[in-house]
Amino acid sequence: MDPLILIFLSSGLFLGWALGANDAANVFGTAVGTKMVRFRTAAIICSIFIILGALISGGGTTHTLGKLGAISALPGAFMTALSAALAVYSMTKSGLPVSTSQAIVGAIIGWNLFSGSQTDASTLTKILSTWIICPVLSAIIAIILFKMHKFTSKRISIHMIMADAYTRFALIIAGALGAYSLGANNIANVIGVFIPGEPLPALQVGTFIFSSTQQLFLLGGVAIATGVWTYSKRVMMTVGNNLGRLSANSALIAVISHSIVLFMFASRGLEAWLAGHGLPTIPLVPVSSSQAVVGAVVGISILQGAAGIRWSVLGKIVAGWVATPLAACFICFIGLFFLQNVFGLTVQ
Amino acid sequence: MDLNLFRRTKQLEQQIDGFFDKLSESSVVYRLAVRLYLREGLNDEFQERLERINRLESEADTLRRDIEKQLYSDTLIPDSRGDVLGLIETVDQLLSQFEGSLWALSIEKPDIPDEFRNGYRKLTNMVVKAADELALSGRAFFRSPQDVPAHNHKVMLYEKEADAISTKLKMAIFASDLELSHKIHLREFVEQIDSVADLAEDVTDRLAIYAIKRLI
Repeated sequence: MDPLILIFLSSGLFLGWALGANDAANVFGTAVGTKMVRFRTAAIICSIFIILGALISGGGTTHTLGKLGAISALPGAFMTALSAALAVYSMTKSGLPVSTSQAIVGAIIGWNLFSGSQTDASTLTKILSTWIICPVLSAIIAIILFKMHKFTSKRISIHMIMADAYTRFALIIAGALGAYSLGANNIANVIGVFIPGEPLPALQVGTFIFSSTQQLFLLGGVAIATGVWTYSKRVMMTVGNNLGRLSANSALIAVISHSIVLFMFASRGLEAWLAGHGLPTIPLVPVSSSQAVVGAVVGISILQGAAGIRWSVLGKIVAGWVATPLAACFICFIGLFFLQNVFGLTVQ
Repeated sequence: MDLNLFRRTKQLEQQIDGFFDKLSESSVVYRLAVRLYLREGLNDEFQERLERINRLESEADTLRRDIEKQLYSDTLIPDSRGDVLGLIETVDQLLSQFEGSLWALSIEKPDIPDEFRNGYRKLTNMVVKAADELALSGRAFFRSPQDVPAHNHKVMLYEKEADAISTKLKMAIFASDLELSHKIHLREFVEQIDSVADLAEDVTDRLAIYAIKRLI
């Protein structure tokens, strides 16, 4: 195998690491921040289920990203992933909430613009629409779950201490589901751009043969898990404190809503079931877990009279949703120019 | 997650219930002891009741420490931990008040004239009712916080009634021909008993806020 391949893949792995560091906080942040779940427990569960989600259900969203821009040359894929990672990094430094999904979409469009490839308008519209549908859907699910929780908790008298134990248990289950959904939905962000180039030779282990795509899924999953272990604790604590006004139950509902939404946008099975019953299908698109969590929190806040919503923070978040893809697109375009004209590499 | 979480949680739940059992039990013993004193003065039976209330208070102390230790070491109920600790601490003060009041009777042996005994009896009944209702309110806080206001309302009613009885009793004491020192001694015991209801009301004030926080 050409060692240069590993260098090119490093940008995707960097993006995976950043995703693990940031987005694991959406899954387990409140639970760890409020000390309902230990970081070690959260990190173990998160890592296992992210890798499982990537390996088992990661294909659907990857396919959609591939349709947006089929980057066949490895240096092009390298720059696309690197610019997404840099956009994520710079947005984080500016204190703006990040979305790796939006960053990678912006970067792919940057590649399309540079290479003169046509951006598939229907795919782009599909992706852009989910950036609105995702938080709205998450808010609606959170409102329904919150109402159900209120209704049942008034009718079932469980001792506070026992309810706390159930909440802990539920946070772990919801966290596992969230990590699985995150892996399934967001693995495309990390390695999606490398798949068309098939950079890795097939690997035979015993009777099993791992294709380039399967190896990439595994590598991407491991990169995300590394991000979880090495850097997410700090982000989890911040998320836990920022969302401090949420009760443990509200936090649980936010995590469940987030997980359901991410799963809906990644599940081929659900898509087939909806299509089979003549219902409108949900596009298989990598959506932002941050958007899903923010949508759920806003949904719960609206139900409580909207007094808890910090409008300035919400405005900043929405600004981040616009700025991230634009920044990634710009960085990618400039980066590709340098790769092609300064280093003489083929990027398309 | 610790696999024993549910077993330990059940145990802690029983300890909290046990703590409120001590409050209910103490109020029954207190009522019997004061009524016994009013009827027969100091005797062996009174001493037995005093020892029993001492035991209850020290058992409640042990439970309180265990509960506090578990809440912190297992980082349980992070949202409500401070409230639960505050509740248990203030209820513990009420238990100490029961004990302190009986000790004062035992040590100072106040001479209560016949004409005031009925007033003391009524006052004791009322403060014990307030403490009993508080125990119900405390239990409700853990299981069905929406029921707390109804119990708190009753505690406040009993406390107001106890205040009215104690004022009437003190006026009667000071309108009598007794020596001033005797009057002051008798007033001291009216206030000792009445403070049980005052403390119960203080706890309900806290409980009202804690319950609202849980219901939001």
